[in-house]
Amino acid sequence: MKDSKFKKLDWLILPILGVGAVLILWQVVSASVSKELPNPGKTWAASKAYVVEPFAKRGEMDQGILRFTWYSLVLVAKGYALALLIGTPLGFCLGLSKTFAKTFDPIIQILRPVSPLAWLPLGLVLFLGAGKQASELGALFTIAVCAMWPTVLNTAVGVRAVPQDYLNVARVLKLSRTKTLFKVLIPATLPYMFTGFRLSLGIAWLVIVAAEMLTGRPGVGGFLWQEYNALVYEHIILCIITIGIVGFVLDRLMSVIERRFKTA
Amino acid sequence: MRPAFLEVQSVSKAYGANGSRTEVLRDINLSIEEGEFVAIVGYSGAGKTTLMSILAGLLQPDAGEVKLEGQPVRSPGPDRGLVFQNYSLLPWLNVFENVKLAVDEVFPAKSEAERVAHTEEFVEMVNLTAAHDKKPSELSGGMRQRVSVARTLAMHPKILLCDEPLSALDALTRANLQDEIARLSATHKQTVVLITNDPDEAILLADRVIPLTAGPNATLGPSFRVDIARPRDRRALNHDPQFKQIRREVIEFLLRSRKHRQASVTRKLVLPEIEPEDLSVHRPKIGARRRPIRRSEVQREEIQIDP
Ligand SMILES: Nc1ncnc2c1ncn2[C@@H]1O[C@H](COP(=O)(O)OP(=O)(O)OP(=O)(O)O)[C@@H](O)[C@H]1O
Ligand SMILES: [Mg+2]
Repeated sequence: MKDSKFKKLDWLILPILGVGAVLILWQVVSASVSKELPNPGKTWAASKAYVVEPFAKRGEMDQGILRFTWYSLVLVAKGYALALLIGTPLGFCLGLSKTFAKTFDPIIQILRPVSPLAWLPLGLVLFLGAGKQASELGALFTIAVCAMWPTVLNTAVGVRAVPQDYLNVARVLKLSRTKTLFKVLIPATLPYMFTGFRLSLGIAWLVIVAAEMLTGRPGVGGFLWQEYNALVYEHIILCIITIGIVGFVLDRLMSVIERRFKTA
Repeated sequence: MRPAFLEVQSVSKAYGANGSRTEVLRDINLSIEEGEFVAIVGYSGAGKTTLMSILAGLLQPDAGEVKLEGQPVRSPGPDRGLVFQNYSLLPWLNVFENVKLAVDEVFPAKSEAERVAHTEEFVEMVNLTAAHDKKPSELSGGMRQRVSVARTLAMHPKILLCDEPLSALDALTRANLQDEIARLSATHKQTVVLITNDPDEAILLADRVIPLTAGPNATLGPSFRVDIARPRDRRALNHDPQFKQIRREVIEFLLRSRKHRQASVTRKLVLPEIEPEDLSVHRPKIGARRRPIRRSEVQREEIQIDP
């Protein structure tokens, strides 16, 4: 009896135990190995103002944590939209044309593993002429160029996996090329595309932090870097936790959308 | 002489690259009159779908030609309505939309309201009005096949090509749909080519039954004309002497075509000099001396013959 009751609460108790264990480890490390690392209690005390008033704005680089998150999300949304706008058609071209795929596959394979930290300076150089806008444009460029690959590759795979039967239907009906694209190819590829979209969003969120750190823009990443320089280490941890939670929520949201298209 | 409605002239088709090329169809000849219902019966893997794809224009033959009303068939088109073996419904569209897609393409001159009405008419014709808004994944196999038939008929094709439309269905659904196909083809005077692996189905539905020999190098056998009056009753048919005779001849032809294949691959087999133990006969007590029975020692052999 007792056993089964415990089983029912598994989903709640076990994660709490896990969090507890990490907090204890954190406490131990901060007390022994690294004296500079603020312990959980100190972190909370120093972060309280940012969490309790999440939308406060006290200065350019002193704002509530959700306000920072909001800035980051806006930037991510722009860069992500750019990634999808470029990545999806590129994926379709790769999937539809063997020649196109053979021509660009090596370049894609080489560019794909390049770190956002490497792209960002290039982005800044690229938009040097844009003056005040340079940092935003550079960040957008970096997000787009890093985040689009999963969309590109998944779309390409999805296009190649469209069953011949569907294409035969299109041929028997004599659908025009555009109609075949919109009535058959795109709907048949949607599940793959959404898997790509979800993975791309994950990467976009990873990149934003790096981009903000290097450009010093207000946002979670920029705040993190500023507080490192200001020696307020508690806020680094606050930022890390925030970034993690937001990333998790974004991934959940995308997988809900993704699943809707899977069943269709 | 007036050319036939659909004319297939010495069509051959092989798959694969030069090295491992297998000839699937060889020297297929067929002519079909307008309004005729022809059934082609053949083994699984003989090349029935290949033949159908060539008739539909989805595949080009290596040699020979297909002509519809004297015009060579070079590409697929809605005048040759193909009911695919695996239904090929688009899973993101519901029943209505699947049919409507075809209607929109084939009748661009009609108004939207007319096309909707036209679509509804064919959805109703296959008794799927109740499933109107369902996605293919929510339908049974028989219902999916009916959508596929509705989609094809709604295009008003000059010739209806059905590739084993009923093979994947259970016997009851199958019988139901057979009756529906018979009814539809009779009321529309539709020219039909039906491919099936079931001789009974072929004779029940068709004016003419043509066996396709076993592959590779499958080719069409002689035509068997079915003069049984319509509408045909499947129960009465079983006792019809003509039905029985055609059935026997078609099956015999198919079996012979296969035997012919088997003969060509027969190799000399060396059997072990030992007989399998027959467990149904009385077994001696454990411990009694037993030894394997040599094949050469067997004196009596029982042969069972199916009546
Ligand atoms: N695209 C292809 N490439 C190579 N070989 C093929 C291809 N399509 C079919 N074949 C071969 O051609 C032969 C005939 O195939 P086909 O699909 O026409 O048979 P079928 O009579 O329709 O069989 P079933 O009754 O199972 O539907 C088979 O041996 C198959 O392996
Ligand atoms: Mg087939």
